[in-house]
Amino acid sequence: MLGAQLAALHDGALPGVDEALDLIAGFDDALVSGFARLGEERAAALVALAGALGGTPLGPSAAEAAGKVTVGSITDEHLTTLAGARTALFGAVHDALLARLDDALGRSRADWEGTQPQSGDPLAGACRSWLAELAITGWRGVDHGLASSADQAIQNLLAEPRLRRPAMLLDGLAAELRASSPVGAMERLPARRWADLWARGLLLTRTGGLEATELVSGRLLPLGVDVHEHGTAVQIQIHAILEPHGRLVRTSVAAAKVDTIAGPFVWQLLSSYPVLLDALARRLSLEVTDMPLLPSGDLLWHEGRASAGAYTDPFATARVQLTGAVSPAVPPLERHPVRIAEPVFVEGYKSDGKTLQLDGSGLAFDLDRLPQSGPLTPQLLKASTACIGLMRWDGGQWRLQPLAVQATVKKERLAVHNGDWALGPTDQKARGSGAKAGDPVAVLKERAGRLLRR
Amino acid sequence: MNAERPAWEQLSGARVLSPVQPRKLAKVPFVEMAEGRLQGVVSSGSDIERVYVSSITAGTHGYNCSTNNNRPCGGLRGTPCKHLQSLVEEAVLQYGLERVARYLRAEGDSAATLVRILSGGHESIPAAVVFSRFLRHLAYLELPDTSEPVAELHWFPSLGAVS
Ligand SMILES: [Zn+2]
Repeated sequence: MLGAQLAALHDGALPGVDEALDLIAGFDDALVSGFARLGEERAAALVALAGALGGTPLGPSAAEAAGKVTVGSITDEHLTTLAGARTALFGAVHDALLARLDDALGRSRADWEGTQPQSGDPLAGACRSWLAELAITGWRGVDHGLASSADQAIQNLLAEPRLRRPAMLLDGLAAELRASSPVGAMERLPARRWADLWARGLLLTRTGGLEATELVSGRLLPLGVDVHEHGTAVQIQIHAILEPHGRLVRTSVAAAKVDTIAGPFVWQLLSSYPVLLDALARRLSLEVTDMPLLPSGDLLWHEGRASAGAYTDPFATARVQLTGAVSPAVPPLERHPVRIAEPVFVEGYKSDGKTLQLDGSGLAFDLDRLPQSGPLTPQLLKASTACIGLMRWDGGQWRLQPLAVQATVKKERLAVHNGDWALGPTDQKARGSGAKAGDPVAVLKERAGRLLRR
Repeated sequence: MNAERPAWEQLSGARVLSPVQPRKLAKVPFVEMAEGRLQGVVSSGSDIERVYVSSITAGTHGYNCSTNNNRPCGGLRGTPCKHLQSLVEEAVLQYGLERVARYLRAEGDSAATLVRILSGGHESIPAAVVFSRFLRHLAYLELPDTSEPVAELHWFPSLGAVS
């Protein structure tokens, strides 16, 4: 990314975005106090949100749902429609942001050609009732009992592999609500975030998984790895260029965990993917054969269809091949700003560790997305002059999430990547604190083996 | 560019939970603050098959310790046993002193003083409930992993840099 591209990204407000975000904030505020006691102002906010979709196919049902909910008729169907309305509005914000980013970068993007099937798994019913109860009560009224009341229902979802996505989402939300209870005593609430997770929970429990539309073969050149984590889940998502197609793709693997397994230990939970982890740790390319590709640009990773290739420098890939690569389409349900994670390469900047300056334009690093499982630190960012990262947008601001940097430390030129510790920490300090913590994965697996099957 | 950080309330990726601190799990594999109690499981020092279930009620500071089969702990003679001490020590390592003290509604400047002021006496707290929560905790490690992309986890950034 060049200075001029960064300037173009920030050049002028996006029409309609602030208005859409205001409507969403009104909705989120209604969820804070609960749909059972809306009051005039919050009832008007729901009606306004529905009204913004007046010219779309969702308009009439959204208006009806808002009307019904504001007079106290709060059904699963009405709540789902309102969640859909909020999601559609955020979808429009997402589209505007991504179009601006693509324009600024000169990046072309594939058209959406997949289908997003509907599904209504009965197993999810109890979780949907819980989401309805939360909306009626409002975040402010959530106590320990309500926060925990779906625990068993969520366990049932977790046990079903095809419901893993809603299960991981709702497990994350429930843990935050439990730890925040009684929510009424909190000084401030993550209103945007919880409304996001609530709306997504309602929609996701009605949506089936994407089907692969093609099988692809070729060479995968990794750019970097993004790590997602909450108390009971971890996912690594590799961004890569698939050659000879010149396409940007992702591939992800995720595992369940517990909160005491964190930091560099999370890699151990993914040890059934040795080819993938080895390639990350040793910076190898990967040869893939007939790997299923989703229309969202996600390769469904199969260890058996991949083998290690030659050493490859992600910075060389980013420098040479990222500019011309084609980005994948975004599935309709995933059109939300939080899902924007577009790989970019920036070099020749100056940084204080928090923000980078490039030809007079500034861009903040997303320090909230620096994982504990890898070697990147704010100090390294400060010493860095080149970065492979993901463009992120949240709370009205673009930020750069670093996946790898080149930095000069004690006159030595270093390249440091998020995936460097995929086979265990390579850094003395991290190894030391790891040894101090023992091996939590081994301890808990031993306990599980001894106690679970008695 | 807007140099100010956006309001936390308006962030989709707002951090709500602080990461737990790493600690050795061998002695106390499980500790939680839930159901109005600080509770957990302490491995027996002598018998690898045996675990103790220890718990302290917030507010009243009543406590209990027994094996997972509900046999009372021999160390519990009018004062908290060594398992309860370990439970509090490890909870303080994992969550920090301030959070543990706030949850228990107790004051103390160390794990040891938190144990010393436990004055609620022996309280009947069913070990089976806590033990089954521990088993459910362990069951996470038996769930199959997946290569289906979980787009929802973009809401859950990894838990922050070490330094
Ligand atoms: Zn004891």
